[in-house]
Amino acid sequence: MERIPILRMGKVLLVTIQVDMHDQLAMTLQNDLAKAIASQETSCVLLDISALEIVDSFIGRMMANTAGMGRILGAETVVVGMQPAVAITLVELGLSLKGIHTALDVERGMALVERAAAARA
Amino acid sequence: MIAEPVVARESCFQLRSDVDVVTARRGVHEWAKELGLSILDLTKVVTAASELARNAVVHGGGGVMCLQVVSQAERQGLRVTFTDQGKGIPEIARAMEDGYSTGSGMGIGLPGAKRLVDEFALSSTPSQGTCVTIVRWKV
Repeated sequence: MERIPILRMGKVLLVTIQVDMHDQLAMTLQNDLAKAIASQETSCVLLDISALEIVDSFIGRMMANTAGMGRILGAETVVVGMQPAVAITLVELGLSLKGIHTALDVERGMALVERAAAARA
Repeated sequence: MIAEPVVARESCFQLRSDVDVVTARRGVHEWAKELGLSILDLTKVVTAASELARNAVVHGGGGVMCLQVVSQAERQGLRVTFTDQGKGIPEIARAMEDGYSTGSGMGIGLPGAKRLVDEFALSSTPSQGTCVTIVRWKV
């Protein structure tokens, strides 16, 4: 079955979405992430969507669900690399993605996570 | 009075599954790019098309998307029509409200899609189906 790979680096999960996801693929990713977060200590999920040309309500909901679910399991979600046109479109569509952290790129996303972890320690 | 837009080019896509939704929105993306829509207008029309194509599959039991390049006077645009033979929308006014949903969704698809395009027309007959037409003009 088609799957989006999830890369683990210590307590951080990195997902780089490089394909135009159909709905089932997005659902599979959400479930795989839940399993990955629950199976080993995870502080953060970095979702790199820089290659996505559009984010519609389904993908948006998948990101929001992942963030909500991750938070309950102790992991924060950071969406990185959103294209400006995608951000504007999401707001007009009516999706605010509350509760999701965002960063310009993976490097800044990692820095955000590390700062948050240091503040908790 | 402004004349009806003239169709310069047309292509249709079957909408039966979530994979078809991806194929359909790629088609919209390709045509919007060829037409020369700005990256923001392109992103908006493709996103709106994605919402409406999914509606046809999930709520309409499948349907057809027809993509057209239309011209009217000096302007050109992309017109996309979604037709299904599903159960129809009984309360159109409510379906156009933000947050109203009969399914498990968030209820932003229809009103959200409307905000992303220049023209939006919806007609629906209970138990016969729904037809939504959107237009995004090139500025």
